Amino acid sequence: MEATIATETNGQPWGGGNNKPLGASYGKMMMWFFILSDALTFSGFLVAYGFMRFKFIDSWPIADEVFTHFPFMHGVHAPMYYVAIMTFILIFSSVTMVLAVDAGHQMKKAKVTFYMLLTIIGGAIFLGSQAWEWKNFINGSYGAVQLNDGKIIQFVNEDGEQVALESFAISSHFERTQLTRDKGLWFMEESSIAPYTVNEVIAGFEAHPELTIRTEQLNAETKTKTIVPREQAMLYLNEAKQVVVGANLKVNEYGNTLFADFFFFITGFHGFHVLSGVIINIIIFFNVIIGTYERRGSYEMVEKVGLYWHFVDLVWVFVFTFFYLV
Amino acid sequence: MAAHAQEHKSHTKLIWKVFGILSVITIVEVALGIAKPEALHLTKILGTSPLNIIFLILTLVKAYYITWFFMHMADEKKSLRRAVVWTSVFLIIYLATLLLIEGSYINDVLGPLVKWEY
Repeated sequence: MEATIATETNGQPWGGGNNKPLGASYGKMMMWFFILSDALTFSGFLVAYGFMRFKFIDSWPIADEVFTHFPFMHGVHAPMYYVAIMTFILIFSSVTMVLAVDAGHQMKKAKVTFYMLLTIIGGAIFLGSQAWEWKNFINGSYGAVQLNDGKIIQFVNEDGEQVALESFAISSHFERTQLTRDKGLWFMEESSIAPYTVNEVIAGFEAHPELTIRTEQLNAETKTKTIVPREQAMLYLNEAKQVVVGANLKVNEYGNTLFADFFFFITGFHGFHVLSGVIINIIIFFNVIIGTYERRGSYEMVEKVGLYWHFVDLVWVFVFTFFYLV
Repeated sequence: MAAHAQEHKSHTKLIWKVFGILSVITIVEVALGIAKPEALHLTKILGTSPLNIIFLILTLVKAYYITWFFMHMADEKKSLRRAVVWTSVFLIIYLATLLLIEGSYINDVLGPLVKWEY
């Protein structure tokens, strides 16, 4: 039996005896249990995402069509590459973290400092990448029309490829300024207005005979969105409520709004963990520099923040799978 | 204790080996995700496509390597390892099973009521 109860307390009320059933220091053990509870929090979010996805399994947005941007390659359809790079950045910062822990075991201060610095830089690059990913998602790529019942209608050409609104919408020179606090009453404002009105989009659609629309509905055999023949397209467009460009918590040009909600919430919560990880790493980094752990005779604190940092990487592995791959 | 004697030995080689394994798995995942071979993507097995099952297995393998070798779970005592790993694995599988079955049931009930034709 490895695990036994404490039989003596060495005269201290919280001494716990000499048995050490879990064989870990208090701080490390508590870090493990914090990670356990945080893992359950994240799994709660991801399972909720799975629940909604199963509920709308026949109309869920296709991730490959949503995350297609790559830096310095504007307009190129490059799904997955960018997020793959983000994954590598995070895995690599995990490697430098574990190298710092390893150097700490050998009491090599200079090496710990160097690897901690690399880890912090890796975390900062990841956060910047995440911000860029959010920016692209919020700004959108093609634009769409939302119907009265909330469904999203996207425009495609005869090859079934999506077409951006600005390539066909006809401007009617109708101007509508965004209501901000300095224009009307001081307490009245509205969120940004779509660049086109529904009428402009429909006029453009009628003027371009090669265009048709597609609905959110997935074809189970081909796993693609259903394209509606042009003859029936106006039946859908007559129901149009508003033009949607990009995604936010209320509306999403790529399809179901819940996709955007869960994306912002889960990657945001993960990003917040990365941010706090970077801040904790910076604190420990300076402690290493001023020699706190050298004097203490143990770099266990580096190991503890290392556990947290690896956990953040571990969560990203799952977020990557469930948002981008599956 | 054996663990204490090992502590001062460098594990750099093992770390780079694990990094190599994680990189290869990620590259395979991304390649499959971009290529989406029809035989894997459009067929069905165990309620989902074989591609999804491959992704899930590869993810769990990655999670294993990160926990065991980066977080040094392999060096912890069996009692701590089980307290953390068994608890999380059991609760997550439990939650996922219940909610995914329920989500799929709601789809069965509500799906036919959604109007796609106008």
